[in-house]
Amino acid sequence: MEIIVASSIGVLTAGGVYLLLRLRTFPVILGLALLSYAVNVFLFASGRLATNLPPVLSPYGDASYTDPLPQALVLTAIVISFGMTAVLVMIGLGAFLEADSDRIDMEPEENGADAANEGSA
Amino acid sequence: MGLGGTLLLLIAVMPFAGALLPGLMIRAGRNVCAISTAVPTFLALTMLVVLAPSVMQGDVVQAQIEWLPQLGLSASFFLDGLGLLFAGMILGVGLLITLYARFYLSGEDPMGQFYTYLLLFQGAMLGIVLSDNILLLLIFWELTSLSSFLLIGFWKHLPEGRQGARMALAVTGAGGLAMIGGMLILGNIVGSYNLTDILAAGDQIRASEWYLPALILILLGAFTKSAQFPFHFWLPHAMAAPTPVSAYLHSATMVKAGVFLLARMWPALAGTDAWFYIVSTTGLVTMVLGALIALFKDDLKALLAFSTVSHLGLLTMLLGFGTQAAAVAAVFHIINHLTFKAALFMTAGIVDHEAHTRDIKRLGGLRHLMPITFLIGTAAALSMAGIPLFNGFLSKELMLEEASHTDWFGSAYAVPVMATIGALLSVAYSLRFISHVFLGPVRDDYPHKPHDPPFGMWAAPALLVAMVVIIGVAPFLAEGIVTAAANAVTGADLHPHLKIWHGFTPALWMSVIAVAGGIVLLLLHKPLDKLWIAAPRPEAKAIFDRLIAGLVSASRAITEIGHNGAISRYLAIFTASSVALGWVAYSSSGLSAPTRELLPVSPVIFVGWVMLIVATLSVVTMHHHRFRALVLIGIIGLSISAGFAYLSAPDLALTQISVETVTIMLLLLALHFMPKITPKESSAGLKLRDGVIALGAGGGVAALAYAFLMRDIETISDYHLANSYEGGGGTNVVNVILVDFRGYDTFGEIIVLGIAGLVIYAVMHALLDGPAARRLKNTDYSHDRSRDRHPMMMVVATRVMMPIAIVVGAYIFLRGHNQPGGGFVAGLVIAIALLMQYMASGFAWTQERQRMEYHTMIGLGVVIAGLTGVGSWLFGRPFLTSDFTYIHLPPIEEFEVATAMLFDLGVFLTVLGGVMLMLYSLSRIARFAGETVNVDPMDYDPADRVPDEEER
Repeated sequence: MEIIVASSIGVLTAGGVYLLLRLRTFPVILGLALLSYAVNVFLFASGRLATNLPPVLSPYGDASYTDPLPQALVLTAIVISFGMTAVLVMIGLGAFLEADSDRIDMEPEENGADAANEGSA
Repeated sequence: MGLGGTLLLLIAVMPFAGALLPGLMIRAGRNVCAISTAVPTFLALTMLVVLAPSVMQGDVVQAQIEWLPQLGLSASFFLDGLGLLFAGMILGVGLLITLYARFYLSGEDPMGQFYTYLLLFQGAMLGIVLSDNILLLLIFWELTSLSSFLLIGFWKHLPEGRQGARMALAVTGAGGLAMIGGMLILGNIVGSYNLTDILAAGDQIRASEWYLPALILILLGAFTKSAQFPFHFWLPHAMAAPTPVSAYLHSATMVKAGVFLLARMWPALAGTDAWFYIVSTTGLVTMVLGALIALFKDDLKALLAFSTVSHLGLLTMLLGFGTQAAAVAAVFHIINHLTFKAALFMTAGIVDHEAHTRDIKRLGGLRHLMPITFLIGTAAALSMAGIPLFNGFLSKELMLEEASHTDWFGSAYAVPVMATIGALLSVAYSLRFISHVFLGPVRDDYPHKPHDPPFGMWAAPALLVAMVVIIGVAPFLAEGIVTAAANAVTGADLHPHLKIWHGFTPALWMSVIAVAGGIVLLLLHKPLDKLWIAAPRPEAKAIFDRLIAGLVSASRAITEIGHNGAISRYLAIFTASSVALGWVAYSSSGLSAPTRELLPVSPVIFVGWVMLIVATLSVVTMHHHRFRALVLIGIIGLSISAGFAYLSAPDLALTQISVETVTIMLLLLALHFMPKITPKESSAGLKLRDGVIALGAGGGVAALAYAFLMRDIETISDYHLANSYEGGGGTNVVNVILVDFRGYDTFGEIIVLGIAGLVIYAVMHALLDGPAARRLKNTDYSHDRSRDRHPMMMVVATRVMMPIAIVVGAYIFLRGHNQPGGGFVAGLVIAIALLMQYMASGFAWTQERQRMEYHTMIGLGVVIAGLTGVGSWLFGRPFLTSDFTYIHLPPIEEFEVATAMLFDLGVFLTVLGGVMLMLYSLSRIARFAGETVNVDPMDYDPADRVPDEEER
């Protein structure tokens, strides 16, 4: 089971990073979505894996439970990463509608032009 | 802190408080503006005069306010003889400059700004001389650099002004940085940042092995500020400022700050060989070099600027000698230099103002046209030359006297000879100032016919020249303040006697040589000037510009390596260094033995894993087809939530599955307006590079995850498990953590979510006002529109499901404290139920039936959650302490009510409002793009029918 979880995290991270490096906004957003899955599962796994031990207190005396703290943290992380994805989607959409292009890379030449002006002024 | 302390604080605050006035009062006219500048200065000066008598007798006035005691930083001030001298100079000359500038500035100059900057600068200078804490002193030190930048660059339209201001800021700012280092070392040696403590610990400082670094760093700060060689070049370029600024900055304040610091630190740092050789040599070189350059400058202000450099060198040299008599001479010369140099700058400004030129070669014969200015300028220049009966003579004699018995690397002649040369050059340029400007025949080719200015303009320099003469004739009048200041510098009890005639001392003969030689040099000026112009000499500004350009390109090169705007580069650096660090950690200490067994894998899980891997790989390979990629993302999300459910995390499974649903909906809505296909434009090489980075990151994370999954850790969760029921009143520990143990975090997180919703709403509004709106209007989306957008079956099904979904939501919300569920999940579930209505019945139809704005819902949620937290204050408990009780209503079984539930209600409302606001914003864009609106709950094709009025 541990191998399954670790390899899933790895594959999701790799896929996310690869998509993050694409040149258009949409794949980048998909990449971030994959990456946030990976991060959430990673954080969740830091509480170690357990089956059939949900952290809901049992009324029948001593029982063992899995670690609840990472779960609480990941729960909010899932919701927040949704919020962040939504903001990114909106910004990406806005950029596309304003510029009619969804490329994300910056033009490197602009930096050079600034430099020449600053030096002489 | 008695009356004196309060007054002292008021003095320090007065210029800053007053700085607001001129900027406002300029509306009431230029005179009112000038007066409103003078009033705070005058008040501060009056308070200083009140404090003066006791300080002159050796008392020290102190005032202290704790500011950041953890850092050793307190707003503490003290006033001793040295502080009194400088504060008096700053305020007194400030008052005169205010008067002078009123007549100097033309109607086009923004006078309010000028006076505001002037007061800010005055406040910063006062802060330096009154600070009793070196950290505070550093703050004021930087403030003088900044405010002088504003003053020097006051004429923003002149490139010289801007360049001069930048140069001054770069040089003095860099020195200030060095000084911060030095002061911190000093504070470390002594164990206190209080100046009084540091001055008392001179022996300890000088014995420390950190003495030399501290000394050099502090001297760098002082030398750059006081324009000592080789940092002297900024001062002449700062002359591009209006003349009142030059007169203020370069006679009494800015450049004297460096000298002040040397004097202030004298008890702590002086008295060693390092101090003597560094400080006095720098001063000596600066004195001679500055005087030499001054002789050949044709610009009146440049001449005065280099003469200032020379005189600052003289002061530095005197303080570098480290003897008490030299300190007395330095203090006395500070006063004398102030009086004649400020007067000279103002004279130069008057000449410039009247003749419209400052070029000495175009002037001459002004004594007939401007007799008053001639008198003032001549008296001041004679004092600068060191002619008897003017005050400059007295302190120059003291300087030569000290120089005459100073050994320098075993040579008894080096210092006296150089000092005499310096004095000789000083005589030459001073006399040149008089003869080439005022003497000689009247010319008829001045750019503007000069005459004496109005009284207001010459009043200030006249007053200063009166002091020049009075001190020159009756030096004993200055004894009191000189004694007080010199005692503060040296920490000794001195009784210097200032007099004109000391007998036939070596100093007198040196003076005689200097005056005679100076006259000879003046007579030879024409041929010498030709030689000087022909001779090659380094141009400081060109060197400085090249240096700055080099620094800029070097820092750009460094930035380009790591931060060139290409995200792949950041990721490559980040991934490579993380993997490398992980590898280093692994190879240096290895891994402990695994402590956990592998859990068994059931076939179902294996199938789920294969699905997840295949879906991820497919997203990567097929991401060009955006719609397909979204479907695959959905599969991944569902696999993960199934995984959560299997691995004892029911809450996470619930949250993940509902978030998954809204995320996909959101992306689908956005995709509607975007290209459906990503073009294939990455080259094979680029793909390979990105693939390597991605594999590096994925491999590293997987290895790390596997490593920790196989090992146990200490966890703090046992506390949460043990106290969840008794302390928080709930059995679902995850929910209790969210709303109780870590409620504050959750509170922050719902605020973030609410803000995200509002940001999206704001972006949507901005878009609909910009060029995007036109594009939306003109794009035809009709070809991908369904003919039957609101199918009857779906409408009916969602209508029926709506109450059920709400009941489910309420159930999930209510059980949340004890069973999996809670505000987050309930909010998402209700959001999905509402979204279904939007999808099935159309946006407008649903919107009409909505009773509460989503913004309100977000706000209400945050307020409810916040008030729940605040509520615990009423019971004297910390923020967000929860309480609970059990209620028994007869027909139902006993149930529990916790304040945490109220908090969870806030969470619920914020999540619901946030999610709905996001989707609502996208729908608004859709309507803007021409999406038709149905009136009835279901329709077939609006295009087939005649549209009603209400439909649009």
